[in-house]
Amino acid sequence: MDGNLNALTTVFTEFYYWVTVVFMFLIHVGFCMYEVGASRRRNHMHTLMKNVMVIPLVTVTFFFFGWWIYWAFPMFPFFGGLDTDAGAANLPWAETMGPNAADRITGVFWAAFLLFSWTAASIVSGAVIERIRSSALWVHAVLIGSVWWIIDAAWGWHYGGWMVQYLGYHDAYASGVIHAIAGGYALGVIMVLGPRIGKFAQDGTPRDIPPHNPWMLTIGIFLIYTGFWGFYAACNVPAISPEAIGGQITGTTWTATNIYLAPTSLSGITFNFLMSLSGGLMAAYVVSKGDAFWTFSGGLAGVITASAGNDLYHPIQAMIIAAIGVVIVYRLHYWVERRFKLDDAVGAVAVHGYAGFIGLVIAGFVLWGAPSSPYEGYATINPVGQFIGALIMFFGLGFLPAFVVAKMQAAAGVLRIPEEVELEGLDYAEHHAYEDAKEAIIEADKAYLASKVSPAE
Amino acid sequence: MSTIGYESWAVDLANVGAIYPFQGWEVAMTVIGVLFWIGWHRIQFVRENAHLENAKKRALDHERIQKSVERY
Repeated sequence: MDGNLNALTTVFTEFYYWVTVVFMFLIHVGFCMYEVGASRRRNHMHTLMKNVMVIPLVTVTFFFFGWWIYWAFPMFPFFGGLDTDAGAANLPWAETMGPNAADRITGVFWAAFLLFSWTAASIVSGAVIERIRSSALWVHAVLIGSVWWIIDAAWGWHYGGWMVQYLGYHDAYASGVIHAIAGGYALGVIMVLGPRIGKFAQDGTPRDIPPHNPWMLTIGIFLIYTGFWGFYAACNVPAISPEAIGGQITGTTWTATNIYLAPTSLSGITFNFLMSLSGGLMAAYVVSKGDAFWTFSGGLAGVITASAGNDLYHPIQAMIIAAIGVVIVYRLHYWVERRFKLDDAVGAVAVHGYAGFIGLVIAGFVLWGAPSSPYEGYATINPVGQFIGALIMFFGLGFLPAFVVAKMQAAAGVLRIPEEVELEGLDYAEHHAYEDAKEAIIEADKAYLASKVSPAE
Repeated sequence: MSTIGYESWAVDLANVGAIYPFQGWEVAMTVIGVLFWIGWHRIQFVRENAHLENAKKRALDHERIQKSVERY
């Protein structure tokens, strides 16, 4: 760190990403609360443990190979080989992957991406509650969290990614690279997994399976909103000079940038985060006729729809785009549920997958012709590139691998829990020590109480 | 053509102001936004009125049913 200004910028950037990581932890807390609140009492512990263990499994695999994929795959395999030079500093045995006085960014930058990985895995986790085997879900968590999403990030969320260069793909706050892919992935799994017992009547009419604790869902989704602030900040480079970017920008004015190193501002994205949240909430309230959970989820879906272009949209555009996305998402969710008999327990496919897909396509129109990158020769943002990008995210890297792996797991008999266990509840089946202990202490208390009460009473 | 007014970032940022799409249409966008907001209130009033009317009718029906039961 040569010179005071350089030292200050370096330490500020290091601290900036560190803070975003702490904020983003709340997304996972929120997902856990939401899932447990949505599950029935007999499945609490299983639902919680299924999502908690996503944290260590995705973390270690992201350290071992996920982070390397991001740096090595921007052009691989369609438009070039692996970028082994960029990848070398991000291998688990590289000196920069640990405390290093000459490198103050790799760890916090790695962690910011890692928290996105948890989110991707956690989105899938919510859709499959109460009937998937934990072992099966944890394989999917590693695949979406440390392989598929980070490949899409290398292609479409990296300043040198081929989708950015050739398609003009623009996805500033991850409508596609996190949400569309994770929603598509969840769809692939639930298509093979099947619905929970009782979800559909004999004539195919879907039944609502209400959450056991609406207040846990409410707090959960508000925590997700809170973590989303960190997510947005983490998608930006907080302060960088044109010289450091090394692109076409002239002059000496420093700027915040999006992940593509193109100019934006923290102020602009703050406007847009809140306006798209509001547009989503308002539209969801109307379209769902005041249903509390759809309204809350609609706020999230609104932000997700606008996220692709929230680095550049005007706040009113962000609000309207969010509202449009939410109306489509809501209608599509129920149409798909009825038509294909799919049980998406928390609406993850809709809120993340459909909203992300739609958001990418809308950004292609609203930002048509805007530069996707500060570097020369890149395609500008356009509807065709965004639509192809959305297909790659949702179907190519999301739905397809999930469907194939889930089919393999189903064929091996390791995807779904036995019917008897589903009816009894996973907490007793998998966490019987806890349930046995509860039962024993209740019996002991009852016996003690009986000993204190005389028959006459 | 670019909706944000810049087709490339080959610019000095010292000379760049707004970078959102459709600059010059701010007033029109505000009108659309206000209509969305006012429309939302309108829908909410209409729906809540209808909802409360139905709830009132249900309550009255309930009372009538109770009386019928008590009448034996």
